[in-house]
Amino acid sequence: MIAENVAFGIIAAAMALGAIGVVRTKNVVHAALYLVVVLAGGAAQFILLGQEFVAWVQVLVYIGAVIVLFLFGIMLTRAPMHPKDSLDNDLRWPAAVTSVFLVGILVGLLVHTFHADKVEVQAPIRTGQITNSIFTTYIIPFEVVGVLLLGALIGAVVLARKD
Amino acid sequence: MLLNEFLILAAFLFCTGVYGVLARKHAVLVLMSIELMLAGVNLNLVAFGAFHNNPIGQVFALFVLTIAAAEVGIGLAIVLLIYRNLHSADLDDVDTLKG
Amino acid sequence: MFFLDQAWLVPLIPALSFVVILLFGKRMPRHGSEVGVVSVGASFVLACGAVVRWIMRVQDAKGGSALGALGRSIGRLGADNAEAPVLPVLHHVTWFQNGGVRLTAGIQIDGLAVMMMFVVTLISLLVHVYSLEYMHGDSRFTHFYAFLSLFTASMLLLVVADNTLELLVGWELVGMCSFVLIGHWWEEKPNSDAALKAFLTTRTGDIGLLTGVIMTFFIVQRATGVGSFNIVALNSAVTNPNAKVGHTLILWCAAALMLAIVGKSGQFPLHTWLPDAMAGPTPVSALIHAATMVVAGVYLGARVYPVFYKGFSIAAGGINPMVAIGGVTVIIGALLAFVQDDIKKVLAYSTISQLGYMVMALGVGAWTAAVFHLFTHAFFKADLFLGAGSVSHSGSHHSFDMKTDMGGLKKYMPQTYKTFVIGTLALAGIFPLAGFWSKDEILVNAGHNDYKLFLVVGLVGAFMTAAYMTRCVYLTFHGEYRGAHAPHAVPHVDEAEHDPIDTTVSVEHDAEVHSPHESNRLITGPLWVLSFFAVFAGFLNFPHFDKFEKWFQPRFPAGFAEILHPVAFNPILATISVLVAGSGIGIAWAYYQGRLPQRLSERNAVALAGKRFLVNKYYLDVLYERVIVGGIKGPIAAGVYWFNQNVIDNVLNYTGRGAQALGRVTYDYVDQKGVDGLVNGLATLTGDSGGEVRKIQTGRLQFYALVLVVAVVVFAGVLWIST
Repeated sequence: MIAENVAFGIIAAAMALGAIGVVRTKNVVHAALYLVVVLAGGAAQFILLGQEFVAWVQVLVYIGAVIVLFLFGIMLTRAPMHPKDSLDNDLRWPAAVTSVFLVGILVGLLVHTFHADKVEVQAPIRTGQITNSIFTTYIIPFEVVGVLLLGALIGAVVLARKD
Repeated sequence: MLLNEFLILAAFLFCTGVYGVLARKHAVLVLMSIELMLAGVNLNLVAFGAFHNNPIGQVFALFVLTIAAAEVGIGLAIVLLIYRNLHSADLDDVDTLKG
Repeated sequence: MFFLDQAWLVPLIPALSFVVILLFGKRMPRHGSEVGVVSVGASFVLACGAVVRWIMRVQDAKGGSALGALGRSIGRLGADNAEAPVLPVLHHVTWFQNGGVRLTAGIQIDGLAVMMMFVVTLISLLVHVYSLEYMHGDSRFTHFYAFLSLFTASMLLLVVADNTLELLVGWELVGMCSFVLIGHWWEEKPNSDAALKAFLTTRTGDIGLLTGVIMTFFIVQRATGVGSFNIVALNSAVTNPNAKVGHTLILWCAAALMLAIVGKSGQFPLHTWLPDAMAGPTPVSALIHAATMVVAGVYLGARVYPVFYKGFSIAAGGINPMVAIGGVTVIIGALLAFVQDDIKKVLAYSTISQLGYMVMALGVGAWTAAVFHLFTHAFFKADLFLGAGSVSHSGSHHSFDMKTDMGGLKKYMPQTYKTFVIGTLALAGIFPLAGFWSKDEILVNAGHNDYKLFLVVGLVGAFMTAAYMTRCVYLTFHGEYRGAHAPHAVPHVDEAEHDPIDTTVSVEHDAEVHSPHESNRLITGPLWVLSFFAVFAGFLNFPHFDKFEKWFQPRFPAGFAEILHPVAFNPILATISVLVAGSGIGIAWAYYQGRLPQRLSERNAVALAGKRFLVNKYYLDVLYERVIVGGIKGPIAAGVYWFNQNVIDNVLNYTGRGAQALGRVTYDYVDQKGVDGLVNGLATLTGDSGGEVRKIQTGRLQFYALVLVVAVVVFAGVLWIST
């Protein structure tokens, strides 16, 4: 058990740093790369939890497609590639305070609710179980998501047209 | 592994994402912060799924993932449009609703 | 009883004739004079009938024994059977009624009324006849007759009135007619001035009449509880010992009415209008200013005599306002008559003096004497005036100036001379003519009733009367004729060519030499009629015969009859008065015959000053016109004007300005700053607060997101804490 905790700790630290990096860096591209770190860390955590399917899906979709999309967006909007003065607006401090409060509340709530519940990972959940769930119980959300993706696709094309 | 570890981590990610949404100037960075938040949510979902030993956690996380991807696509399209009209992706410049 | 009951016809007929003459007179063959003469003649006939009827009524009343107990002895030599009260004939209609007050118009026919009706209609008739010749050819002949009729009607209305309000109406009407008739030839300014002076001076007295009449209303109200103007009620109220009328009210009423008498009857100090009124035609002077209108004051005094008797406490003797004013008037009128050159002015002052006698008689308690003197005076004074008119008409080329245009007319105008002398002797009070009896009665009453001072005044007045009238006769009829080619002194006409408006033909008249001649029969006829009365009227009150007293003295109400105590004839006093008058005639005659020192005023400074004082009419006219009227016209009017412009107008202006300033302040502060400030402030507040709130709408997405998150955090916190 200790190895898991250690692993968790390392990955968690990496993720935390990555998250802070996303929001604090002066370089837009670096922010995207920090996001990669966070997402990768997330995938690792999923594996730790025995949820392998979603871990690999996350790597594939999130890191593979979404981040690339971000980089495209950065490029197309002529975001400054080089470090600039500040990429923060003047709402920094209120936002910081609010976030701290929010985290405080959430943490307090969590600690209060879940005390010292343990996660027991007996066996990794098999893909077959997930697909069974998707295609039986959650078939409709699945289809809807499919339609949504279609809509998003068309929408993006329409929006980004140049004419 | 304590459940709370994961949950607290997820909360941290979420709140960092909130800070990023509120405090960043560049539109794309805001979208990235949203991704952060969603990452936190995913972690939360999966942790609970693992806790209850139920695939439902993963299923939801899958859906969230998908939708996040769609949303990023649309979001960036909008950012592109904003950039085309204002020649700047700075969200402070988008203030035509200013009263 | 027709004549007494229908006595209202007597004023009505001349009134109708006035309207007829005014409307149709110009088209008539005699220019309206026929209507005038006939109507006044008819009134005269009715008046005579009324007199006869009244006398019969009195005679009948004497016999009734049931009423005899109510009668009172009048206390004279050879006591007769007690005089029973004789009710006057009263008829009235109510023309206004409100609450308990009833205003009536009616007639009260008693001895005084019938006597006055007789006198007025007779003299008016004689004047109408006289004027046919005298005013012949006048451009306003018709107008003259119309107003003569109106005057007669008004005077008769005054005489038959049964309440003081009606009397007031008649009084004012005669005043107006006097004004119109005096100013008959108003083209000449002196004539219209004289008319105005007459009117305004009598108007001053009318203030007293109005207040007095109002007070009579309240006297009756105090006594009976219901106010009324009725004369019988008034006399009863005043003489009733049980009535609760205060003496002060009666005194004030008497004083107010005294003022009216002073104005109308030419007493001192309001006598100044009478001599000036001679500017009118001579018939007018004879009718109005000798015989009838001026005696309206004396008539008023006789009518409501109890008011004066009680008010002035005449029974007490000594002195009272009435007798004092009368006495003074006697003397000053007589004195002024001495220095007049105009024959009419001599007669005017003589009238003033004789009116003073009448008022003085009323003041000593001699009601019968006063009224009897009124009666006789009417005849001989009218005789004298018409005689003067005859002289001017035919003897002195229309001039009235004795010194320059008359003299020696005795041989040219014998009838005028004789009638004039008869009138003079009557006026002077020579036995056995009318004036003797009436004047003597005044004197004997004065002496008996403890007014010895005024007995002396009366005798002195008699002396002077005789003297100045002798002067007048001498200057007019004796000596040498002085007026061969005298110019027109008073411009008026007796022929159609001599219209006063058309002056071109007066030269022609001068070119013809009119030697003095006797006047037409239309003129001398009335003169003889009047002379007849001047001779024989006095015998009506012959001692022990006393018909005037018996017939005309008021017998009702009982209180009125009681206060009348005519004194019996005193032969000694009568002889004295005749001697006094005779001496007056004698001395004057001697003076003019040249046997007495002449031209005293030219040699003696005191005499000259005295003469100048008299010639200037005691400077009373100066006082009235320059001092009183001028003072009011000048300084007082200016002062009042100043007060009006500066004080009253200023009060208004400042009030206006104050309101304006207040308005401005209100506008500036209350409205502009206050109200508008409030409203604008509200608007600004709204705007500013909106502006503040608007800052929330930054338009920035992240700001909205922040707000959202903050809200969520807060909610979450609250929720967490509350569980």
